Amino acid sequence: MYKILSADKLAANIYRMVVDAPMVAKHCQPGQFIIAKVDEVGERIPLTICDYDREKGTITIVFQPIGNSTRRMAELSTGDAFEDFVGPLGRPSDLIDTPIDELKKRSIVFIAGGVGTAPVYPQVKWLHEHGVTADVIIGAKNKDLVILEDEFKSVCNLYITTDDGSYQRKGMVTVCLQDLIEKEGKHYDWCVAIGPMIMMKFVCKMTKGYNIHTVVSMNPIMVDGTGMCGACRVMVGGEVKFACVDGPEFDGHLVDFDQAMQRNKMYQTEEGRAILKAQEGDTHHGGCGMCGGDK
Amino acid sequence: MEVDMLKKVPVREQDPMVRARNFDEVCLGYNQEEAMAESTRCLNCKKPKCVEGCPVHINIPAFIQGVKNGDFRHAYDVISESSSLPAVCGRVCPQETQCEERCIRGIKGEAVSIGKLERFTADWAKENGIKPAPAKEKNGHKIAVIGAGPSGLTCAGDLAKLGYDVTIFEALHKAGGVLAYGIPEFRLPKDKVVEKEVENVKSLGVKIETNVVIGKSVTVDELLGEEGFEAVFIGSGAGLPRFMNIPGETALGVFSANEYLTRNNLMKAYRDDYYTPIHRGKKVVVVGGGNVAMDAARTALRLGAEVHIVYRRSEEELPARREEVHHAKEEGIIFDLLTNPVEVIADEKTGWVKAIRCIRMELGEPDASGRRRPVEIPGSEFNMDCDTVIMSLGTSPNPLISSTTVGLDVNKRKCIIASEENGQTTKDGVFAGGDAVTGAATVILAMGAGKAAAKGIDQFIKSKYAG
Repeated sequence: MYKILSADKLAANIYRMVVDAPMVAKHCQPGQFIIAKVDEVGERIPLTICDYDREKGTITIVFQPIGNSTRRMAELSTGDAFEDFVGPLGRPSDLIDTPIDELKKRSIVFIAGGVGTAPVYPQVKWLHEHGVTADVIIGAKNKDLVILEDEFKSVCNLYITTDDGSYQRKGMVTVCLQDLIEKEGKHYDWCVAIGPMIMMKFVCKMTKGYNIHTVVSMNPIMVDGTGMCGACRVMVGGEVKFACVDGPEFDGHLVDFDQAMQRNKMYQTEEGRAILKAQEGDTHHGGCGMCGGDK
Repeated sequence: MEVDMLKKVPVREQDPMVRARNFDEVCLGYNQEEAMAESTRCLNCKKPKCVEGCPVHINIPAFIQGVKNGDFRHAYDVISESSSLPAVCGRVCPQETQCEERCIRGIKGEAVSIGKLERFTADWAKENGIKPAPAKEKNGHKIAVIGAGPSGLTCAGDLAKLGYDVTIFEALHKAGGVLAYGIPEFRLPKDKVVEKEVENVKSLGVKIETNVVIGKSVTVDELLGEEGFEAVFIGSGAGLPRFMNIPGETALGVFSANEYLTRNNLMKAYRDDYYTPIHRGKKVVVVGGGNVAMDAARTALRLGAEVHIVYRRSEEELPARREEVHHAKEEGIIFDLLTNPVEVIADEKTGWVKAIRCIRMELGEPDASGRRRPVEIPGSEFNMDCDTVIMSLGTSPNPLISSTTVGLDVNKRKCIIASEENGQTTKDGVFAGGDAVTGAATVILAMGAGKAAAKGIDQFIKSKYAG
């Protein structure tokens, strides 16, 4: 069992948990992920690592309940435990293997969207610890959904933008990036974008125009996370890659996002049905247009 | 009970039409009377050919004599000398190409039903709470085993019997490897058989740590270094599923057999009380002709689909166990042989597979494997409608361990290089066996490799302290 040492809410629907997992904490690097399973009947859920403490042996995860299984995770609180918690999985970020001198010469911008803000943090923190300061753009729907602001402030140059302008800048992350480059004299040669698939797609479209090398972190459907099942395959530069062993980070300019978005919907029907069944019991008989009702 | 010496005592099975709708075990096995009757067919040969055909060299005539005499305990003890997983092997070994193929009875009639007798003996021992005996004395040497599948469990069990302090590291949340994630419940019950076999290995003193991915959570070099293990056995299994690399293959509804079976077997998606989803297709095409393809097809059938197996060679070349093909047919699986997919066609709007385009094949000259090479018949392409495609084309080795272990060499096919005789790899103190070395093969071959490596490790440790 993997004990939850603390659990809190970062925003309305975003949860943070610190989990006791010494073996993972000892070996994990920025860019990697874990798989958690609540109990015997639960799903294996891949989640990015938001922070780690090697001495205390803890891993911090941040997640947003979207399906039945993440909803069950959100119900756990301090003192509860995950039955299974395995990692670190995937390859560490390329930045980790780059000589520090070279990193210092680069001008790096991170673009974080929504709950994708969490996995950006360990990378930025790692750079900061190695004397490299990056720019970070955090994008959120509104003020209430901006997470980890204080944590970021101390390790980077932070720019926050909200879709509705309720906090700091207004507009999508792409608008912010464009403004920084076009109006505020910034120049970047390396970009790491992590967030919703649609955000990464448009960031890549823009950075391609600016000729900025862009890395994205893919979060496809997964089962085992060790290369065994092939559920997580993504098309990168016309080749099939497994996100769990070849990724999760890939060259964003080579990723087929449209297909990746489509693939992530694969279980929407099954998942949707399960949620509706749980929420509405026998009262759900179709009509939502999503689940096919009780077909 | 009357016995026809030319024929096996028939084994009871669930009715095909009934079992096609449930996940209960297909084969019900022999009862005591049937087993004792079948055992009278064994000629107790002086030079038993069957033993030569067994990858772990079970003393087959001796255990069958035990069954014949009603001394099942003795029968079990004989099997246990050579095999740690008899209840598994009695169910999933390809006996027809191993022990039973060599059986003298088979020359004129049917071979003795060795597999079913093994299963009976192992099940009898389980029902009577008989467990293998742990070592009397521990020798204090720490050995790490990577992977709790057939080769790892066997290697760990054998080493524990010799007194070693063995820890198995398993990447998944459950022990068993392919026995847990791959082979379905209806062929190999999980609670009744797999977990009991794992318990038996544990009762020998073996520790099993789940959720540890070697190469990620900890490396082989760390196991040999700061973690204090004196030798490591790598039995990490087959690896990454292969796809065909045909157009449309990333369409929604195209799965690897590994994914499909893992969802169903390990994650128990077929049960309402488990949360992992599985796509229940209406018309499913399984591509491939091995045991895994049969398992995927029969699983899809039980989930309610019409199922077709598409295989590019003819029935004779199907690599699956004969019993599996026979069972699949009885249950209503449709075999489209001499047929090969060329493209997956997806619905433009939804991205879901709606058909698979195939081409007819004919058999030409024998290829390197000795089987006649399938050749395309020009212009014979046609579409098969379907909403699910399951690719069962074998696997390629997982690089997680080989790429993170200094001095561990792999061959051209990226399989770990290891001696067949004792499992020794190119790295001192590191042994390997099973699918990680051979590429996808059978449970029993992996067990054989685990056994050989246990001997190799024992010799390695002994020679280390001899000087």
